[in-house]
Parts: sequence; C-alpha cells; structure tokens
Amino acid sequence: MDQIQKPKADYSLAMQGESEMENNSVLEITDVNKNFGGLRALADVNLSIEEGKIHAIIGPNGAGKSTLLNVCIGRLAPDTGSVTFGGKNMVGLQPHEINHAGMVRVFQTPEIFPDLTLLQNVMIPALAKRDGMFCFNAFKDMRDQKDIQDEADHALEDVGLIKFRNNMAATISRGDKRRLELAMGLIQHPKLLLLDEPTAGMARHDTNRTIELLQKIKERGMTKVIIEHDMHVVFSLADHISVLAQGEIIVSGAPDEIRGNPIVKEAYLGGEEL
Amino acid sequence: MKKIIATQSNLSVMLIFIAVVLSAPLWLTPIGANYPDLLQKFAIFGIFAIGFNILFGLTGYLSFGHAVFLGIGSYAAVWSFKLLTMNVVPAIIFGIVLSGLFAAVIGFISLRRSGIYFSILTLAFAQMSYNLAYSVLTPITNGETGLQLRIHDPRVLDAAAAEQSGIPSTTLFGLSMSGYSGFYFCAVVLILAFYVSLKIFRSPFGLKLQAIKSNQTRMKYTGFNTRPYLLTAFIISGMYAGLAGALMAVTDPLAGAERMQWTASGEVVLMTILGGAGTLIGPLLGVGIIKYFENIFSALNEDALHTIFNFLPEFLENFLVLITHPFVGEGWHLTLGALFMIIVIFLPGGVMEGINRVSNFVKGKYFSDDSGPDSKAESRLQPGDAGGE
Ligand SMILES: Nc1ncnc2c1ncn2[C@@H]1O[C@H](COP(=O)(O)OP(=O)(O)OP(=O)(O)O)[C@@H](O)[C@H]1O
Ligand SMILES: [Mg+2]
Repeated sequence: MDQIQKPKADYSLAMQGESEMENNSVLEITDVNKNFGGLRALADVNLSIEEGKIHAIIGPNGAGKSTLLNVCIGRLAPDTGSVTFGGKNMVGLQPHEINHAGMVRVFQTPEIFPDLTLLQNVMIPALAKRDGMFCFNAFKDMRDQKDIQDEADHALEDVGLIKFRNNMAATISRGDKRRLELAMGLIQHPKLLLLDEPTAGMARHDTNRTIELLQKIKERGMTKVIIEHDMHVVFSLADHISVLAQGEIIVSGAPDEIRGNPIVKEAYLGGEEL
Repeated sequence: MKKIIATQSNLSVMLIFIAVVLSAPLWLTPIGANYPDLLQKFAIFGIFAIGFNILFGLTGYLSFGHAVFLGIGSYAAVWSFKLLTMNVVPAIIFGIVLSGLFAAVIGFISLRRSGIYFSILTLAFAQMSYNLAYSVLTPITNGETGLQLRIHDPRVLDAAAAEQSGIPSTTLFGLSMSGYSGFYFCAVVLILAFYVSLKIFRSPFGLKLQAIKSNQTRMKYTGFNTRPYLLTAFIISGMYAGLAGALMAVTDPLAGAERMQWTASGEVVLMTILGGAGTLIGPLLGVGIIKYFENIFSALNEDALHTIFNFLPEFLENFLVLITHPFVGEGWHLTLGALFMIIVIFLPGGVMEGINRVSNFVKGKYFSDDSGPDSKAESRLQPGDAGGE
C-alpha cells in the first residue's frame, strides 16, 4: 500500500535531521501537569517539536490531546511545568500575544466567524498579521485593501473553497468549515501550526486533498503539530509520532517504530492491522 | 441582491442620503411631520441611534446606559452657552469631548464583562449619574429645575453683545438656531455623522468589530487584542450620544437629569432593534417610526379619525373609528408596543430585514435569471455585511 511507502522516505529524512541538528526545537513542553478536579488530564508531559517537521500526536478519546494544545496557546494555564516557544516562555501570555509570537491553532470544533463571508473570514487573520494586535484604521476602505483580498483569495483557492467566496460561513458544511479554518491558520504563515483533527468529519476525497495541501506547505518549511485519529493521515504526513494515553506520553518515535510497537497497539490501535 | 446599499460607492450613498435628508420638510408634509421641532428631533435622535449602532450593531455589546452621554453632552453645551458664548460650535465640541472622556472611563470598567453583565454595568452607571445629577451634583446640574440660561450669565466671549435685554438665542456665527435654520444645522451634522459611520462600517476596523460580534474567542486566537477595539467603539458611540445631547441643548438651551434616565437609554435600544441593528439605515428608520408615533400618532383624537375616514359611508366610518380609536391618542404606546412585538417576532432583523425580503422577492420575480447558486445564502439576514444595507 502506498501510504506505507511514503512515511518510510520521510522517516529517513527525519533521522538525518535529528542527527545533524540537536538543538533545533521550536516548541519545548517540559513537565506539564494539568488536573481537572480529580482528573489527571496531563501527567508530566515532555515534548519537543522540531523545526520544519510534522509531529503527530495520537491517542484514544479523552487522552488529553486537545488539553495539551490548549496549554500551548494559552487557553488553559498548566498547573506545573513550562511551555517555551522560540526560546520564550508562553505560560501566562494572552492568546493574542501567543498568536503574534508565531504559534497558531486550528480548533477541533471549527472556530470561524459564522456571520461573515468566507472571504472576510480569511481576511481577518491576514489583517491581524498586517495590523498587529490593535490598529484603528477606521477611515480606510476595505474595498481598497487589494493586497489583503488577493492573499485571502489565494488562501481560499489553496483549500478549494474559492467558489463559496461570498457565502456566509454559517452556511457551508462542517468539513468545509474545517478547511476554512485551515486557510485562516495558513494565511498567517505561522512558525508553528497546531492542528486539532483537521480531517475529522471530512469525506475521504476531501481528506486526501487536505493531506496533499499539508504536504505542499510542508515543503515551505512550516512546522506543524497534528492531532489525528485517521491513521492514513498520520502515516502519510508525520515525521515523528507521540502517543498520548491518559495524560501521559507512552511512546514517542518515528512512524515505523510506532507502527511496530506492541504497547501502542495495546493502548490505542487495539490490535488494528496497519 | 441583499446589497441595496452595500455595492454602491460612498459617493452615491452620500448623495442619496443628502438629498433625502435635506428634502425631508417636503416629503414629510403629507404625513404631517414637517414642522421644524419634530424634524430636529428626527435628526438628533438619528445621530444618537447611528452612534449607538456603532457599538451595538457592530460589536453586539448592548449598552443599556447610553443616555448618560446624552445628558453629559447637554450639560456641557449649556455650560458653554452660560460661560463662553451662545455660538453653538464650542458647545458641540465640549459636548463631544466631555462625553468621550466619560465614555472612556465607563467603557473601561464596563467592558471587563460581556453579555448581560456588561448591560447591567452600563445601566448601573447611568442610574448612578442620573441620581447624582439630582443630588450631590446640584451645583453643576441645578438639580430638579434643570440647567438654564440666565440674563446675567458671564458669556465672556459675547461681551460686546451682552447689553441686549432678555436671554439671547443660540447662534451659528450670528445665524439664529431656531425654526428651519435649526433643523438644517442639525441635518448637516446628521449628514456628517452618517458619513463617519459609513466609513467605519466599510473599514478594516469596522470589519474587525463585526468579527468580534461574530466570534470574540476566535478573534483573540487570531491575534487581536479585542478589549481596545471594544473600548474604541464604546467611546465613539459615546461621543455620538454627546453630540446628540449637545444638539438638544442647541435647539432648546436647557439640560435636565431626566435626559439620562433609563427610559431614554431603553428608547435608543428599541429604535435600533426596530429599524435593524448592524445596518446603516435601520437605526434611522427606527428613530423615524418611534418619534412619529410619539409626536403625531399621540395627537390623533376621535375627531381627527372621523376626518380621516370621512370618505367612507357613515356606518363604515363609525366602525373604523371605533376600532382604531384605542390605538391612537393616549393609546399610541399600545400601537407601538404591538408593532415592536410583531417586528421582533417576524423580522428579527428589524424593518431593514423586511425591506430586504421584499426587494429580494421583487428582484427574484422579475430578474430570476441573475440569482446564482448562492443566492440563498445571500438573501439571509446579514448583520455582518461590511457594507450594511
Ligand atoms: N475544561 C475542562 N474541564 C474539565 N475537564 C476537561 C476539560 N477539558 C478537558 N477535560 C477532560 O480532560 C480529558 C482530556 O480531554 P481532551 O479534550 O484533551 O481529550 P482529547 O485527547 O482531545 O480527546 P478527543 O480525541 O475526544 O478530542 C477528558 O476526560 C475531558 O473530559
Ligand atoms: Mg480533542
């Protein structure tokens, strides 16, 4: 099967990268703990995300994957531990400050602007990139912002939504909303893009298009953390995989190691043949 | 389709708007609303509602205490008339600046919360100001009597003309602000106010405000610090209210605390929702409808009804008068209340939604070939459209 071939090539690349550059991580998650009441959602999580790579996090439902991303982007504060991004401590920063540091997240349940058109949805993050956290440009005309419009059109083109350009975001399908949000993340050219199940709820052929898109931008050198249940997606894209179960990272390694690992099969894959 | 105004250039929108406003005394004649006092009210409350709509219509933050800025604008203007000059220009500038400063403070505190808590905070501030104006602030507000002009007010800049007898009237560099000149002055200010609002609606800033209304959480994770955006919108709309308050003092140089009462704050909410929050024209339609009911409908009595239905056979005339009688005169609140309920239930987007539906229907019927595959999405109510309607 072809999805087994591809990661092998990626894997060898990843090994080279690892041996060449030891200290090339953009995101360092160190000893992070997070409890919800009595529930231990994250238990001493240590993770290092390497620049230019796609790092997949897999694990059963409720393992704490989304919680981990929430801690990274400042939606939740960790009980203990630190999150360092580009050498700077992220814990305690506001979400918009973390965004401008270059870490952008695409949510598990689509977070879009339902009352705006698709084009406007994508122009907003482009404006954030250009205008910064606050800019009182009340006397410019949106219709004169040709550069922003072109950029947004390109982003919609990339994810295949250009035909809905002037539709309200509330009216498109759930799978399209996820792709819209992906476009909103990509247009900001973040240093690190965190994707929470980007293909969940998509039809097979849309999933394949998303994989293609993600591969394409990988060549542009954007680092990504991707959470996925779809093993096809994971093994087609990831350079490195970490398995999270009950708040703990049980295994971390290259795709081949993960595929053959009996603990992983036990904890997550349920003996499913890969 | 939806874009009755959204696709027009700023220039054509403004030309139409100017023509409609300046010719108001003509086209309002058939419905008996063409006297300067009422026309001024239309213009002044129009400014108030346009400003309120910049906050509520664009960001979705419902202030329930906006009348406080109306009051502040009035007090500032009357003090300017008392101390400086009867010229309206400084009075208006003071009204705008002072209400802007108060809006900065009240907004800074109230915007710590959102939703109903924000509304309650603004209401609390307004009621507090209202009560203070009656009590400890009496030296500034003149308490229950209200702040009035006196013959012996200093008016330092008008020293040369101080020898007149009687209280002078407000002027624009010598042009008296009474009757139609008063209306035309307010109309010009309304046109400027509308232009600024049009620019804001169509700007990147305006789009960001609409995005905050649509999904504030997403805005934060997209890299925007939403609080200063909200505060700026709050201050701008407070300044609009201050301008409206100052104009009230221009047309009638008197300021009383009742201008800040919660009913006045509630009125602008009703006007905006009735006409269509988040649209450019809607709030103005709301103002027109409510002020018309308040001033014209309330004055209709049984005799007037008989005159209106005079052309019908006698028994039909009597029957119609009997039915309509409870809804006019003292009963105008009943009509307005019923109208408000009908609109909110059937047209949540206000009168503007009704107009859009009708225009879509007409266009769909006669130009059905131009309705593309996405016409359905377009005909939805679109409070978030950057151009408004
Ligand atoms: N804000 C919260 N308050 C309380 N409990 C929470 C909160 N967020 C997550 N949890 C709990 O923490 C655990 C981990 O949740 P999380 O959403 O991180 O799982 P996940 O790995 O993303 O699962 P899924 O694959 O279903 O998305 C779950 O048991 C969840 O119920
Ligand atoms: Mg999750």
